[in-house]
Amino acid sequence: MKQLKVDAIKNGTVIDHIPGGKAVQVLKILNGKAAGDPVSIGMNLPSAKFGKKDIVKIENHELSVDDVNRIALIAPTATITIIRDYETSEKWKVEIPEVIENIAHCPNPNCITNTERIPTRFDVLSDGGPGFMCRYCEKVYEAEGLKIKVG
Amino acid sequence: MPERKFSNKHIISMRDLSREDMIYLLDIAEGIHDGSIKPDMAGKIAALLFFEPSTRTCFSFESAMKRLGGETLLMKGTGSTSVQKGESFADTLKTIERYSDIIVIRTAVEGAARFASEIIGLPVVNAGDGANQHPTQALLDLYSIRKTQGTLENLKIGLVGDLRFGRTVHSLSQALAGFNPEFYFISPSHLVMPEHIKSGLRSLGVNFTELQSVEEVVSELDIMYVTRIQKERFADPEEYEKLKGSYVINLETIRNAKENMKILHPLPRVDEIAEEVDASPHAYYFEQAENGVYTRQAILSILTGGISK
Ligand SMILES: [Zn+2]
Repeated sequence: MKQLKVDAIKNGTVIDHIPGGKAVQVLKILNGKAAGDPVSIGMNLPSAKFGKKDIVKIENHELSVDDVNRIALIAPTATITIIRDYETSEKWKVEIPEVIENIAHCPNPNCITNTERIPTRFDVLSDGGPGFMCRYCEKVYEAEGLKIKVG
Repeated sequence: MPERKFSNKHIISMRDLSREDMIYLLDIAEGIHDGSIKPDMAGKIAALLFFEPSTRTCFSFESAMKRLGGETLLMKGTGSTSVQKGESFADTLKTIERYSDIIVIRTAVEGAARFASEIIGLPVVNAGDGANQHPTQALLDLYSIRKTQGTLENLKIGLVGDLRFGRTVHSLSQALAGFNPEFYFISPSHLVMPEHIKSGLRSLGVNFTELQSVEEVVSELDIMYVTRIQKERFADPEEYEKLKGSYVINLETIRNAKENMKILHPLPRVDEIAEEVDASPHAYYFEQAENGVYTRQAILSILTGGISK
């Protein structure tokens, strides 16, 4: 099978195993974190595990664990590799944080986060599958139900 | 005086209250009710910010504060969180914070009380935020249940009426979950208890049975909690007319009730409990409203230090 590849980078961050089609959203969440650095995206690459995956490479920029965990909401399967001089320097999986702060809008139009200009907070519920509870209106959503904030 | 501590600065959501917090608060309310605890609220001011009108809840808080020797400031709004054009909700709160010792908030906007508690230094009491929480109602319901049954443990509780949109029955079922209840959810098929409440109860190992008529279980119940079925909830008015009769509690409905069975209702009642029931020893809804005052007195005085913690 012919494998599509994104070129190797010298220094920077590789975000791999993003669910197919989600790379653009990942970049939106990281918006500003890699401003001005070259970014390459591979989309819908064949993946033994997921069928299709996306991959994002950011040159000359090392994302922090915090930055990366922000993307857990839409890409919980992603892995992060920090590259230094073409070598893997560090590698880790994203982890869903306990609280997701100001990354997604609350879908409830009657929620205070939509009537006043205040940051959103979702508590990640651990028991009984992935759910995100709005700190304010206390409604529970699945990741797919949340709309990522842009900018 | 109960020798426990209350671990919350605010009353925003029943989710915040531990079983110990609830019991402590009910003990204080009971002491106020029987006269053994006399909080001193002289010189204290409660600001009652009712962005959405709710005369009963508002009067209940006013009565609670005034009977303890405290004062109230009352502001009535139109539902949204902005009072006048141009002033933000946050600014309103930060100003009123300077005039009072505790803030009670009622809004149609969900999460408004939580937000208030994050931006001001005073204790905040949620007096209802849209479809979300109404913790002081849940606490007065718990108080009424304990008062009439002598315990909160191992009770058989029927929740009757609109269980889909009824905020009070959601909070109450969650609040009772830790006391090993046996629930009967009695409602028309399209107004059943929402899945998220049921799955929450299942994960806590709480038993419940869903039914469409009261008669099947009335002889089992310790508490029958009745809520109103609103006409607006029905797409077809004929359907409403057909159904409403089967959820009206009258003397015939409760003929086989146990002696200790009490009927609760958050009020106002329309016609879901026949007036003939009022004189029955099972009727408890007006006492329940009175209990709201003791419960709110306990809340106001615990949070403002009007009672030694
Ligand atoms: Zn919300």
